[in-house]
Amino acid sequence: MQHGKYRFIVGFLALPLIVYAIFVISPFVQAFQISMTNWSGLVGTAEFVGLENFQRLWESSDFWNALRHNVYMLALVPVVTLGLGLFFAFMLNVGGKRRKNEVIAGVGGSKMYKFVFFFPQVISVTIIAVIWFNIYNPDPDDGMLNSFLGFIGLDGLQNSWLGEKSLALWCISAVMVWGHVGFYVVLFSAAMASIPRDIYEAALLDGASRFHTFFRITLPLLWDTVQTGWVYMGIIALDAFALVQIMSVNMGGPDGATDVMPLRLYLTAFRDSQFGYASAMGVAMLIVTMTFAVLTMRFARRERIEY
Amino acid sequence: MTTEEIEAVAKQDGPATPDRTPEPAKRKSSEGGVLNVFSHGILIVWGLMVGVPLLWVAWSAFKDSNGILTDPWGLPTVLHWENWSNAWEDANMGQYFVNTAIIVGGSVIGTMVLGSMAAYVLARFEFPGNRFIYYLFVAGMSFPVFMLVIPLFFVMRDFPGSSLLATYHGLILVYIAYSLPFTVFFMTAFFRTLPATVAEAALIDGASHSRTFFQVMLPMAKPGLISIGIFNFLGQWNQYLLPMVLNQQEDKYVLTQGLAMIALQQGYENDWGALMAGMMIAMLPVLVVYAIFQRQVQSGLTAGALK
Repeated sequence: MQHGKYRFIVGFLALPLIVYAIFVISPFVQAFQISMTNWSGLVGTAEFVGLENFQRLWESSDFWNALRHNVYMLALVPVVTLGLGLFFAFMLNVGGKRRKNEVIAGVGGSKMYKFVFFFPQVISVTIIAVIWFNIYNPDPDDGMLNSFLGFIGLDGLQNSWLGEKSLALWCISAVMVWGHVGFYVVLFSAAMASIPRDIYEAALLDGASRFHTFFRITLPLLWDTVQTGWVYMGIIALDAFALVQIMSVNMGGPDGATDVMPLRLYLTAFRDSQFGYASAMGVAMLIVTMTFAVLTMRFARRERIEY
Repeated sequence: MTTEEIEAVAKQDGPATPDRTPEPAKRKSSEGGVLNVFSHGILIVWGLMVGVPLLWVAWSAFKDSNGILTDPWGLPTVLHWENWSNAWEDANMGQYFVNTAIIVGGSVIGTMVLGSMAAYVLARFEFPGNRFIYYLFVAGMSFPVFMLVIPLFFVMRDFPGSSLLATYHGLILVYIAYSLPFTVFFMTAFFRTLPATVAEAALIDGASHSRTFFQVMLPMAKPGLISIGIFNFLGQWNQYLLPMVLNQQEDKYVLTQGLAMIALQQGYENDWGALMAGMMIAMLPVLVVYAIFQRQVQSGLTAGALK
């Protein structure tokens, strides 16, 4: 029996482990190795150059430019996305008309709202990028956003959006928010549904307003979910590859205004064939991501409200 | 409430609407009325912001290029069905659809088989190295794919025998490998929740370990398999970065690549109607899955983020 058990264990684990080791673990290890070589082509050999790539990266204004854009997004996108997500989820769960026998209630049709809101989460980011590329079409008559602004009499706000250096990055960030709010509505709704009703009841009996119940009850009780969601959204903000690659003028333009780290890595490797240098970017991205995740977890935990 | 508890709740399929425990009405309910109108107003505005761009794709798929460009908001006056055949044949979306279906079909099945085999062994058998292998799989969830693509490209190119770049089986293996971390994590947790007695009874009745797995445990794990299957289907159908790097041969393109290419070329080719129809072709399978499995999709994807 024992013999049969071990044969079974090995038999069942071998294939998944081999596939995983070849395509995930070994690239992970190799990424560090390649980052310390000057591998620059599809043929030829790679020489060990130590930390030279990292030094070059440190001095590269292009990479700092891209990193800065990711950091802007990191500061803005999660706040707005999670804020809107919490706001809508609270409305769906607590913002409804009080019916008989209920202390608080969600609005009617909350399932329908969630169905629609969540939709961008299931479709490909390529499709989202193409749609918004058209919405931002700079032509005052042909562009959806511009013609809408013209229609409601706000011609003054018409803009070239993705073509405008000061706006392009924010236009792309807005798409990121648009695509993920529904996800957080669903996530926070599920968490809110688990909060015992009698806590709200007690607060409302004591005369608390809905504003107070949100900040004193809902938010503190959801804090752990918010924190995890924050890390997840932050990692998305540190990516932005597909949106920038498809939507931006000249891949990262105009004039580098929307360049992001993953795009830099992709172009350095697969356009310029500087694989060693690009791998160093990958390692740098890993460090940035890990730092962000660790800091968020520590910082958020300290602020956690006990009840 | 602990993180685990909230996550456990957030992962449930449970209704987001409050419990309807009947209790006597205690106070007047004037506050809800105004708030309800306000809530619906804001929720509808966001619903339109999400829904209209998506509907726009649907109705634009029936307009000619001229109509899409000069009157972006207008409904089609004549239904241009030829957009669909243009997209399917001339723009090769048919080929890309077939490629995507083969790759995703193979990799979803492969992921579920390999993932649940590994998860079953890790969840239900004790052996030296069990924890190590489990954490090795789970660690993969935190590797940024961007860091891995450069070495992965060379692993695929230099694969013993023949290059795996731009091949169906190569992409299937990669998709499986990158889906294993979450699948193993999810299914291990799922197998732990199943009663051990059933498997023991089967073994005592003389079934082998493999037979017990395939004929007893897998059928019991069906709800978990459905969730993880949908999760992997959506993720793999919409995958963009991996095919961009590993599948640079046009006749092997998947839908997301094809769409990005057509979108980026539009300036020259100008068949916007075909692009819109192509987007619908790429979106329809996802739309169908989402419409049917709405609840599982929402709970599965939110559980996926809280890994």
